[in-house]
Amino acid sequence: MTIQEKQQDIIDEFSVFDDWMDKYSYIIELGAEMPALDSKYQTEDNLIKGCQSKVWFHADYIDGKIVFEADSDAIITKGIAAILVRVFSNETPKDIIDADLDFIDVLGLKQHLSPTRSNGLLSMLKQVKIYALAFSNK
Amino acid sequence: MIDIEKIRKDFPILNEKVYGKSLVYLDNGATTQKPQQVIDAICECYAHYNSNIHRGVHFLSNKATDIHEKSRETIREFINADSSEELIFTAGTTESINLLAYSWGDFCVEEGDEILVSEMEHHSNLVPWQLLCERKGAKFKYIPFDDNGVLSSDFDSLINEKTKLVCVNHVSNALGTINPIKDIIEKAHAKGVKVLVDAAQSIQHIKVDVKDLDCDFLVFSGHKIYGPTGTGILYGKKDLLNAMSPWQSGGEMIETVSLDKTTFNVLPFKFEAGTPNYVGNIALGRAIEYVNEIGIDNIEKYEADLLKYAHEKLSSIPSLKIYGNAENKASLISFLIEGTHPYDIGTLLDRMGIAVRTGTHCAETVMQHFDIPGTIRASFAIYNTKKDIDDLYEGLLKITKMLGL
Repeated sequence: MTIQEKQQDIIDEFSVFDDWMDKYSYIIELGAEMPALDSKYQTEDNLIKGCQSKVWFHADYIDGKIVFEADSDAIITKGIAAILVRVFSNETPKDIIDADLDFIDVLGLKQHLSPTRSNGLLSMLKQVKIYALAFSNK
Repeated sequence: MIDIEKIRKDFPILNEKVYGKSLVYLDNGATTQKPQQVIDAICECYAHYNSNIHRGVHFLSNKATDIHEKSRETIREFINADSSEELIFTAGTTESINLLAYSWGDFCVEEGDEILVSEMEHHSNLVPWQLLCERKGAKFKYIPFDDNGVLSSDFDSLINEKTKLVCVNHVSNALGTINPIKDIIEKAHAKGVKVLVDAAQSIQHIKVDVKDLDCDFLVFSGHKIYGPTGTGILYGKKDLLNAMSPWQSGGEMIETVSLDKTTFNVLPFKFEAGTPNYVGNIALGRAIEYVNEIGIDNIEKYEADLLKYAHEKLSSIPSLKIYGNAENKASLISFLIEGTHPYDIGTLLDRMGIAVRTGTHCAETVMQHFDIPGTIRASFAIYNTKKDIDDLYEGLLKITKMLGL
């Protein structure tokens, strides 16, 4: 499945909710379902700056693809991280760098993108792209 | 008695919709909303008499200067200072404290001296003193508080002949505790130590009388008392301010300048370098008049009732823990919901149109005391009602259900 197909899947899943509470309940569910990040990866280095909650992103480079794992001490943030992990994990650095991020807007999560929200979606996306750039040089 | 419906009509922002819902604004500790009277005062100045103050010989400049100084007089009367010379207009609490830390601090603090700060200070009343201590080789000490959020009563045992200043807030922005500052000042003065009171979270809620308190310095921000942003006051006893050197220089604070020497203007202008925020300062005067029209005693009574109601209501949520359980509290509740991060609660409340603050509230030492990442803070102002608290309560019930608690 391509990044775009995964994004479309998530958009379809979200499209059934017309109420914001249902949408957030689903984000919370996604957060709860994502396995906890091994504590050895919950390091200062993996911590994403600029978030009110703590968010860790860990990346491995396996057979030309990046595998992301993430965690957060806030459940909504963890849910949003889970969406990003699902979309970008197991993809090549090039595909991640080239990926369109319009789906954030379509999901109605755009308000989380503002740098002043200090919830880290923007920082998480930046971190994903930075990992992709770093691995693309390997 | 307070006519709450009439008051609410004064604040146009309360009619705003957030995500299509009526705004419930409970983030007054961060900033208060502005009544139409204050908004009008700003517009009127720009539309009818805008002109740089203390400078011109012309009509408008004189008019603006008169109104600006009348505003200072209104604020003087409000805090019961002896003289309007004792009131310096600043950009806010943070600037007031930095001015003091540089001007008074550089002048009065030497290597080996001690500054005593409470453990529950906002960073603005902590970091400038830490930096001063670093610059001077002085010792930074703190007054601890207990788990109810009450400052140690035997704090004066921390005062010795090296102590130069005690810095303490009147009301804690993170816990809501009203500190016994009159008692603190009395004990400090008995040992010859000066006291700075940070009134940023008290000035809008309870009577602040600098003469009764006998504080040496007192600071607050205009935007937390229904005034505009970028305004604030540094009050200081006249002899202390006179002894201090200017901090920033240029503009109206100068008496004469030659290439050999510059002499400085008298108080309060000595500390007001550059063109002051005169439009803001004038509107701050109007905000204080607005508070006077309602009466600070009435505000205090009304908000105490609101706080009591909020405490009762929120305490009834089993998973909710309130941080700050001092007997004397003013107008805010800090809390956590077990098993959740404050950020989650704040985000979900926001979607319900309820504005609260989450995080450390620029008081990380308070969070470290309790070993928590932050709290959710609901803070009240004169236009809040029991219905706002009911909305918060209902919102929290919905959220706990949503999170499966």
